[in-house]
Amino acid sequence: MYGSTNLTEQEAKRMNDTSAEDADKLQAFEDRIARGEKIEPDDWMPAEYRKQLIRMIEQHAHSEIVGALPEGTWITRAPNFRRKLALIAKVQDEIGHGQLLYSAAETLGKTREQMLDDLMNGKSKYSNVFNYPAVTWADIAVIGFLVDGAAIVNQVINSKGSYGPYCRALERICYEESFHLKQGHDNVVYLATGSKIQRDMLQAAINRWYRPLLHFFGPPDKMSAHSEKLMKWKVKLASNDDMRNQFLDQYVPKILELGLTFPDPNLRKNADGVWEFSDPDWDEFKRVINGDGPCNKERLAVRRYAEMAGRWVREALMNPSDKYKIPLA
Amino acid sequence: MSKALQQLLYKMADDALIIGHRNSEWTGIGPMLEEDLAFSSMAQDKIGHALALYTILHEHLGQPHPDKLGFMRSEAEFTCCQLVELPIGEYDFSLMRHFLFDHAELLRYEMLTNSSFLPLAQLAKKVKGEIKYHVLHADTFLKQLARGTEESKARMQSGLNYTWPYALGIFEATDNEQDLTAQNVFTGEEELKKRWLEKVSLIINNAGLTVPKVEESKIVYGGRKGYHSEYLKPLLDEMTEVVRLDPSAEW
Repeated sequence: MYGSTNLTEQEAKRMNDTSAEDADKLQAFEDRIARGEKIEPDDWMPAEYRKQLIRMIEQHAHSEIVGALPEGTWITRAPNFRRKLALIAKVQDEIGHGQLLYSAAETLGKTREQMLDDLMNGKSKYSNVFNYPAVTWADIAVIGFLVDGAAIVNQVINSKGSYGPYCRALERICYEESFHLKQGHDNVVYLATGSKIQRDMLQAAINRWYRPLLHFFGPPDKMSAHSEKLMKWKVKLASNDDMRNQFLDQYVPKILELGLTFPDPNLRKNADGVWEFSDPDWDEFKRVINGDGPCNKERLAVRRYAEMAGRWVREALMNPSDKYKIPLA
Repeated sequence: MSKALQQLLYKMADDALIIGHRNSEWTGIGPMLEEDLAFSSMAQDKIGHALALYTILHEHLGQPHPDKLGFMRSEAEFTCCQLVELPIGEYDFSLMRHFLFDHAELLRYEMLTNSSFLPLAQLAKKVKGEIKYHVLHADTFLKQLARGTEESKARMQSGLNYTWPYALGIFEATDNEQDLTAQNVFTGEEELKKRWLEKVSLIINNAGLTVPKVEESKIVYGGRKGYHSEYLKPLLDEMTEVVRLDPSAEW
């Protein structure tokens, strides 16, 4: 997912231990959240709440700007004016979302520069899905429709959370993402109903993205550590499995109705309305999250290049030795 | 007249498409997120201008569909100036190109608001309002970086020195231009160049940089006649990579 709340056993244990907090303040804080109030930057909040939110929003912001890279390389190859203009606007939105989310995270006390440093030194993560390559134009269609579709499921749920600045950012982001979904769907439909070359490349792209999409929402509930606090504090609002199920329920039929398939004979909805699928190899998920995916190194190398190549610009803007004076005439 | 008018529209459209394509390459790698966003916005505007100009060629002058004009012509059929073809390089070059090119664009469209060819005059009224913001962006950054650190000042001056002969190539003369002047379609490249030199020289001087001497510049011509730098062919190959997979398909 974009902003991951998956915890290690140790982290979950620490989360649930709030003995160091002022009991009265903590009670008042939890009562406010229970009443559906939003927490704002100047309000009192437990240290763990702040920490988990920074982690989640920061990861989400990184996901936006790193996510712009695989799609960005196809702006120059989009096949006509309409697609080219739509794709530039779409990728620009993603960068804009990053900017908005870094600002939301900054309200909790970590600067954008610190967050970008942590992205580059590998201390903070971004969505695993962007460590896979977009090898053909059809990958752009699949990303625009299904990856953005999955992101919307995640973000709509998170927008009901307890932290005001994050919720407001997410509301605006979801509004823009709904247009991304339309352009992704339109692109998918054109390829699906087009020539054999187009159909074949689309099917191949769906086959490539099936597993990363199952990974998108994080490991199954039975494999991940839980924190009741995160749920109670409305930092996490739905379980990984619930979100994944909602995504499959919404999007699998839309792909099947175009006469396309998924590369999994066990993908089906059972009598209880729950989607079943083959094991998507959670070891691969862990390997990729820990840096060993097909594109991890490339993505970070591009970010490092941007940071280093642009340093002189930022320095000149921050420390003007000779400020520009407006001429009198 | 229609031949000269076609030439004018083609070179303007080709300039806009190719600079838009180049500017879009900054998406994701700018010196700060705000600059990714700015270059992306300008790229969208430029590609939109190209589309509008190709549409005029298609609807009023019997030329092929805009997607064919943008994506299906050979290198030699393009008449963009070589300035817009150059790779984005580092930010100093891209900013300087943006500054020099957009001042020419703004003045060109301002002149064209009075064109006797109404579709172009109408478009010019709309486009000049957009380019006003491109110029504002370029001027703001040029001034700040020219007065920033020693490094940024040196980079701006060397970027200017490198880009200048290419920028002067924007105003390369085309055959039959006198037809346009005679019929009040467009005042001409020489007049545009004169106004441009005045405008950019003032801003460059105010920013504390030195304007290179025009008479000592080895101006890079050729683009308007279909002779291009080694960078245009790979750009077009990349741009048409997807559509060439199946040119008869709808994408």
